[in-house]
Amino acid sequence: MILDRRAFLRLAGVSLGAGALYRASPALAADGPGAALGRRLAAANGEAPAPFLFAQLSDTHVGFQGPPDPMGTAAFERAAAVLDGLPARPELVLFTGDLTHDSEDQDERVRRMRKFQEIARRIRVPQLRMIPGEHDAGIDGGALYREIFGETSYAFDHRGVHFVALDNVSRAKPEVGAERLAWLKQDLARYAPTTPIVVFTHRPLFDLKPEWEWFTRDGDAVMNLLAPYENVTVLYGHIHREDIHTVAGVRHLAARSLVFAFPDPAQPQKKPLPYDPDHPFKHLGLRLVHAGPEKPGGAVSLGLEEVELTMREHSGTEGLAQLLKAAPE
Amino acid sequence: MIRIAKPLQLLCAVALCALATDRPRAEAPERVIAISARRFQFTPSEVKLKKGEPVRIQLTSADVTHGFFQRALGIDAEISPGKTTELVVTPQEAGRFLVICDHFCGSGHGGMNMTFVVE
Repeated sequence: MILDRRAFLRLAGVSLGAGALYRASPALAADGPGAALGRRLAAANGEAPAPFLFAQLSDTHVGFQGPPDPMGTAAFERAAAVLDGLPARPELVLFTGDLTHDSEDQDERVRRMRKFQEIARRIRVPQLRMIPGEHDAGIDGGALYREIFGETSYAFDHRGVHFVALDNVSRAKPEVGAERLAWLKQDLARYAPTTPIVVFTHRPLFDLKPEWEWFTRDGDAVMNLLAPYENVTVLYGHIHREDIHTVAGVRHLAARSLVFAFPDPAQPQKKPLPYDPDHPFKHLGLRLVHAGPEKPGGAVSLGLEEVELTMREHSGTEGLAQLLKAAPE
Repeated sequence: MIRIAKPLQLLCAVALCALATDRPRAEAPERVIAISARRFQFTPSEVKLKKGEPVRIQLTSADVTHGFFQRALGIDAEISPGKTTELVVTPQEAGRFLVICDHFCGSGHGGMNMTFVVE
């Protein structure tokens, strides 16, 4: 049986702009094809697929000082508060890199990574998973990141979905490298072609805009390893804007940043979008996605709702302090 | 007197003609452009090139290792401090080509670039 892509990622619930919340809902009816799929995946993964909610957040750049955005961690704090306040919290939150902004001062880097952890842990969910961006790991090959967060590439299963955290930043060049490609090949070999796979990484694995370093040199090699699998989704960050591309049947989904936004790649210059003091979270706002079958067994429909955060959203303790600091006397 | 067979005479004539004319430009560009890298800029930041004209580019770094990458022009080099990296480029199309540092070099890395303007 082939697992239909739409049957796997039934987008539902909320998209935060700051990230996207997805409801992974393989065809899991107690009877019918979903049950058979469940049994097969349970045999392959040791865990049966089941509906669940997860979130992607990206590019928090803790420690970044404007311009263009003087708000520091305010948007990250707000996103954490929003996630934590959801009636049904996600089971899993993925951070797709650039958790911190780099510094020449090693102690400062440690402080920034600890600060990231402090804010991220405000989201009371069972699992927080992250991968580094080049600002976390590019300067030292990921040495400090590993000390504080653990391995930069790893994999795990959650409710029948195979998640792969793939580091494409710690080799200084924008690449995964032969060693991690070999690891990925070995990791994937354990899974059936129908297994739902979510790869989360920092840079795009396709050539979105190489002249802005929006690519991975060996991204094609990664996608070739994933090609036998029928249900692959790639989540990434780096580009500080929401973007959805389908390449060779695989959807590549970028989440917005939580610090400032970059322009559309069709623009000639990669200049951060300007900070708007009247709308401090502009481009960092919320996108709500309401989705699911209109009726049992019916076609999936998606309803999008964009929400721009407002001043009253600055409710985090540090966020409020930063807001007051940023505001003119 | 040394007699040279006719086929050999012809070969010699062709060889002399080849020496007398310009060698293929891709092998011996006349123009040399020096570009220096320093976190987080290249100097000069813009260089004009002529379509079809080969140039020799000499790259140096004043601080750390940088990259020099422009896919459409076939440029993909590393610039290590203390040595000169050379490459020959023959642009085939007119336009503006953004060259980036693709070897992470610090907080301003994402904005480190220069432009080749091909006319």
